[in-house]
Amino acid sequence: MKKSVIFGALTVAGMAAAASVASAGTLDDVKARGKLNCGVTTGLVGFAAPDANGNWDGFDVGVCRAVAAAVLGDPAAVEFVPTTGKTRFTALASGEIDMLARNTTWTFSRDVDLKFEFVGVNYYDGQGFMVPKDLGVSSAKDLDGATVCIQTGTTTELNLADFFRSNGISYEPVPIETNAEAQQQYLAGACDVYTTDASGLAATRAAFEDPAGHVLLPEIVSKEPLGPLVRHGDNEWGDVVRWTLNALITAEELGVTSANVGELAASAGDNPEVNRLLGTEGNLGEMLGLDADWAVKALAGGNYGEIFEKNIGENTPVGLARGLNAQWTEGGLLYSPPFR
Amino acid sequence: MTDATSQRTEPFVRMDMLPEQEPPATQRGVVKWARENLFSSTANSVLTVAAIVTVYYILVSSMPWLLNGVWNSASIRECREILEGATGGCFAVLTERWNQLLFGFKYPPDQYWRPTLAFVLLFVAAAPVMFFKYLPSKMLIFTGLYPFIAFWLIWGGSILTPLLVLVGFVLAAQAFTRLEHKGFAIAALAAIAAAAVMFWLASTIGSGGGSGGFLSLEPVQSRDMGGFMLNMILGTVCVSLSIPFGIALALGRQSDMPIIKWICVVFIEFIRGVPLITLLFVANVVLAYFLPPGTTFDLIVRVIIMITAFSSAYIAEVIRGGLAALPKGQYEAADSLGLDYAQAMRLIILPQALKISIPGIVNVAVGLFKDTTLVSVISMFDLVGMIRGPILASTEWNGVYWELFGAAAILFFVVCYGISQYSQWLERELATDHR
Repeated sequence: MKKSVIFGALTVAGMAAAASVASAGTLDDVKARGKLNCGVTTGLVGFAAPDANGNWDGFDVGVCRAVAAAVLGDPAAVEFVPTTGKTRFTALASGEIDMLARNTTWTFSRDVDLKFEFVGVNYYDGQGFMVPKDLGVSSAKDLDGATVCIQTGTTTELNLADFFRSNGISYEPVPIETNAEAQQQYLAGACDVYTTDASGLAATRAAFEDPAGHVLLPEIVSKEPLGPLVRHGDNEWGDVVRWTLNALITAEELGVTSANVGELAASAGDNPEVNRLLGTEGNLGEMLGLDADWAVKALAGGNYGEIFEKNIGENTPVGLARGLNAQWTEGGLLYSPPFR
Repeated sequence: MTDATSQRTEPFVRMDMLPEQEPPATQRGVVKWARENLFSSTANSVLTVAAIVTVYYILVSSMPWLLNGVWNSASIRECREILEGATGGCFAVLTERWNQLLFGFKYPPDQYWRPTLAFVLLFVAAAPVMFFKYLPSKMLIFTGLYPFIAFWLIWGGSILTPLLVLVGFVLAAQAFTRLEHKGFAIAALAAIAAAAVMFWLASTIGSGGGSGGFLSLEPVQSRDMGGFMLNMILGTVCVSLSIPFGIALALGRQSDMPIIKWICVVFIEFIRGVPLITLLFVANVVLAYFLPPGTTFDLIVRVIIMITAFSSAYIAEVIRGGLAALPKGQYEAADSLGLDYAQAMRLIILPQALKISIPGIVNVAVGLFKDTTLVSVISMFDLVGMIRGPILASTEWNGVYWELFGAAAILFFVVCYGISQYSQWLERELATDHR
């Protein structure tokens, strides 16, 4: 009797929770709380990791900080909630976090079936190959008969089989469990090739004693668009996150950087799109339910290109080239809808 | 020595002792020991030589790494520059991140003395329980106060919160003893009521005056706990809670009262049939759906409940083994003395049964302590979580595996070896038979 009462109370509480999640706007919740709860990884080189003083830093972290700055005016008003691959979706669905910026691939089932809303893509990743330079291979199509280190039970395994079959060449898989194990096996020469996401390969290579002795092959054999996501059904909040990301991308396209944003925002200039973005013209901020200078605050930590260069760009140990993540004007895929 | 003539006539008799001589060279000292222990037969000689060669190779390959290690640098790349291709560990990661390994990365650095003090006091509190024969039993008062002191030190906030909870417990005990003669149920109800009032007071004051207030320390959130401190908190709390729960479950399982018996059986069998990691996921993920978003049912408390439930089920089975090992005559002897159930258990059965169960209980405790590293899969940053997550994912230290996991292994080994040495000492101490 007592037990059933407790369970009943729990169920009611759960339903009340679900109802309140659906009804109250996340934007209002965040403003009332004064802090943005942002889900990140428990640690991924270049994308999100706390430093020796416990401050989070990284490419995904930059998105969280930009959203916090746009909504609350303070890039430090973020409560970073570390999530693992297994807990990330429940943390978002249960309302523990307001948004998830955790190198999560945008797929059909996650968007539709898990009831999430991907607001855009902040990194275009894909499966790549790494080989030692001594092997003298310049294209993955030359890898006939190679032994390949591959993490078992992942989509990379299936992509690999597809790629080699469609090119009519053979390979021998060396199954491994984790990235750390892969590093050891690959360096010990147990396999000629290591394949996983290109950003992961670059980070792995950065940890080698002799990174220059290994090359990433140009072929990318799968699509892994990574982006921030929010809960389904709260479109106002989704718009805020989506357009903050777009503001970072547009700012780079228009040449607005953290260095000159203050100057450009001081008064309306010649370029009407810059004026609309920075709130010196029009009322875009008001439409989002934010201040007119929301994008100015978001850009204080740098535009997309600056965040990229600071955390994973070619001058960092991770050393990723822009590649697909260049602006559309420079041959990449970054293409933000216009601010008008 | 006497006159020369008698020596010639009488048979030879030695009149004085020869000085003691040393045994032959092969029968003494290192040589004898080596002959007896290392080279007593051909097979043993071969094994000895093989072992020496193995040890030599291990030392040759590991000592340069240990002795040539770099203790001062800012990143793994700088380590490699300093080493210039020579073998050597990059122990600089330990120097730079040592506090993170111990306390997690969010505990305020100027407050590190608080968990350290709590850790030192832990020994003061545990000593009268562990060495009960040698220390005055008045020290047990401090043991009783320790949980409240430790909570206040580690989590901070006003001292009133733990103080009121303590008063609640004391009042409950008072109410129980005062009303016990009116029947167990009334006494228990009064105790619960008294405790509940104080807990309610504690929670309202605790939430109201969290930052300021009387004798207040800077409050630290549960999600900011991490590192080896988290392992120690979980290990200590769960072991000390699960032993009484385990005893109660073991007795309950042997009870004649069917409801109690079946509750205990179902609980034990259910918990033992489910992996710990599943319970942790339930604590972290599933409960979040049931609780309204505003309420925060502390994550550490959830995890403590789950781990305690898990280990008390195992300890209950160990203790049941101890109970089953006692001859029936012990139970009958207790009955024939006219002792009631509680007295018989407390004075005759449990002291013997627990003594038999010590190795098993320690085994569970050591296993449980190591299992606390599983919380890293629900994104809590215990020692292993700190290493796997933030430290290995920083651009400075990505690629330093041996040094970090070696340090973690040493920390765990020290604690676990200490526990097992204590339990062996305790077994000798309690040995009353003449084997």
